[in-house]
Amino acid sequence: MSSTTATPFVPAEIKHGSLKRERRWALIGAYIALAVFVLFFMIPPFHMLMTSLKSSAEIADLSGNPWIVSAPTLQNYWELLTEGNYLIHFRNSVIVTTCTVVISMIISVMAAFALARMKFWGSATLATGVFLTYLVPETLLFIPMFQIIGSLGLYNNMWAMVLIFPTLTVPFCTWIMIGYFASIPKELDEAALIDGAGHLQMLWKIFIPVALPGILAAMIFAFTVSWAAFIYPIAFLVSSDQMVLTVGIVSDLIRADTFQWGKIMAGALMAALPPLLVYAFLMDYYIAGLTAGATKG
Amino acid sequence: MSQGTLSVPAAPAAAPPRGGALKRLSRRNSTVAFLLTLPLILLILGLVVYPFLYALYLSMLNKRMTRFIGWENFTFLLGRETFWNVVFQSVLFAVSAVLLKALIGFVLAHVLHALPSKGQRKWRGMLLVPWVIPPAISTLAWWWLFDPSYSAFNWALMGIGVDPVPWLGQAGWARFSVILVNVWYGSPFFMIMYLAALKSVPDQLYEAAAIDGASGWQKLRYVTFPMMRNIISITVLFSLIVTFANFDIVRILTNGGPQDTTHVFATYAFQVGIQSGDIPLGASVSLFMFPLLAVFAIFTLRGVNKRSKEMA
Repeated sequence: MSSTTATPFVPAEIKHGSLKRERRWALIGAYIALAVFVLFFMIPPFHMLMTSLKSSAEIADLSGNPWIVSAPTLQNYWELLTEGNYLIHFRNSVIVTTCTVVISMIISVMAAFALARMKFWGSATLATGVFLTYLVPETLLFIPMFQIIGSLGLYNNMWAMVLIFPTLTVPFCTWIMIGYFASIPKELDEAALIDGAGHLQMLWKIFIPVALPGILAAMIFAFTVSWAAFIYPIAFLVSSDQMVLTVGIVSDLIRADTFQWGKIMAGALMAALPPLLVYAFLMDYYIAGLTAGATKG
Repeated sequence: MSQGTLSVPAAPAAAPPRGGALKRLSRRNSTVAFLLTLPLILLILGLVVYPFLYALYLSMLNKRMTRFIGWENFTFLLGRETFWNVVFQSVLFAVSAVLLKALIGFVLAHVLHALPSKGQRKWRGMLLVPWVIPPAISTLAWWWLFDPSYSAFNWALMGIGVDPVPWLGQAGWARFSVILVNVWYGSPFFMIMYLAALKSVPDQLYEAAAIDGASGWQKLRYVTFPMMRNIISITVLFSLIVTFANFDIVRILTNGGPQDTTHVFATYAFQVGIQSGDIPLGASVSLFMFPLLAVFAIFTLRGVNKRSKEMA
């Protein structure tokens, strides 16, 4: 960039130095701002952890410091895992989420392949329709859904969630898969067609392997959404053995006026763990999955 | 990105003699395409379009769902003070939360972007945590932080000599609290979207601006902002939809209280429709969200279409 022939002028040197200093101050300011926000963002999880390690007596003691645990114990975790329905809720969440992810991926990969590569009558309208469906919030439809689920005899049945959750995941998964499939070079299709491959072979042998990062991102999105879903479970599931984690924790650990805060926080922390672990290990796919809608297409 | 480069391959020369075969191939193609999209179409028709039409029908029935009463549920709601409270609170909640999220997200994205790329990842990782925890779960922690007698915030405030705050007990504070939690949950999303947009602004533009003697503010105003305008509007509109239709946070923190002052459309519809058993009235409450959501959705779609044209 800079010319090497010029002799170093004194003014330039000074300017350079002040720029450097300016940048250093800007950097220090940046770190302070970041630290403040990290502190703000971490307060609830931190307090959750602290409370979950306290005994009921320590929580109830108003003279103690609520931010620090003085006698850490794993009793809350132990009780959750050995008695009560927590493990049932966890299992239900795992079953519902796994089924939702599998169903969503099958539907959306097939549809996205057709929408990205085969122009057919109404394909553009359908692609737009998919995006608009993604923008329909579940809170708009939960009341008619309540009636529909009731008439199907699935009220208070966790399998109803497997039926409904794909409406939350499929539109967006289809949308990101269209983006990924569209970015695969057409030469690959042509090579496959010349070799005599049919469309389904093309999908299976070329598109799915090539678009694997996109598929992973879409899977993570589907997992996150169905793990976190709240309004359908709270409206449709009433007995404890059918509940998923998001509603089970509250309904089981709050009896009338007694809040077992230690156990609630322990349960909440363990329920937050699967998405946190996925996030920790697959951060880039996670971010791609949850933001692709607006950056990709 | 890499499409359309090979849009006129082989076909023209070979087409006339093989017309029939091609036609057959394309007919088979559309059958395959139809079968591949069939599950998606069924899902959209059966579980989105049909419930929506059904909601319209339900909203015109009486409470016991035995009689057709036309617009009565809607006019009944419009005459209720509680309903107008819900409208006010929904708008207040959505607008202020989205503005704050956008602002915080913008600041954080800039700050992160200024860091050397080595440390960026670590900070970004920590800043995204609120967005990764399911809101129905993290709001439990906030609920406990706002507890009337054990609030850890109040304990800290007392330490510096400030009176305890009735976080969820008083209308004004309760409104503040639900917005605070929503901002806490949603800011990282804005941050990550803006960060991606910032990274896509070409460095040459800043260099050109620097040569023209632009100050930091001018660079922001005339380079960064125009380049990011589209992504900002998409993110804001999308977030308006999601925030306006929020359920989890309000339901867990206040369940609409105190005195129905924090109810938003979704929680009010839940209370009326599911808890009090007046399904038609609940359906009407939800449907009141529709016109506003439709407007936001159309503008979002326009933004996204414009963006994909720019990127193509």
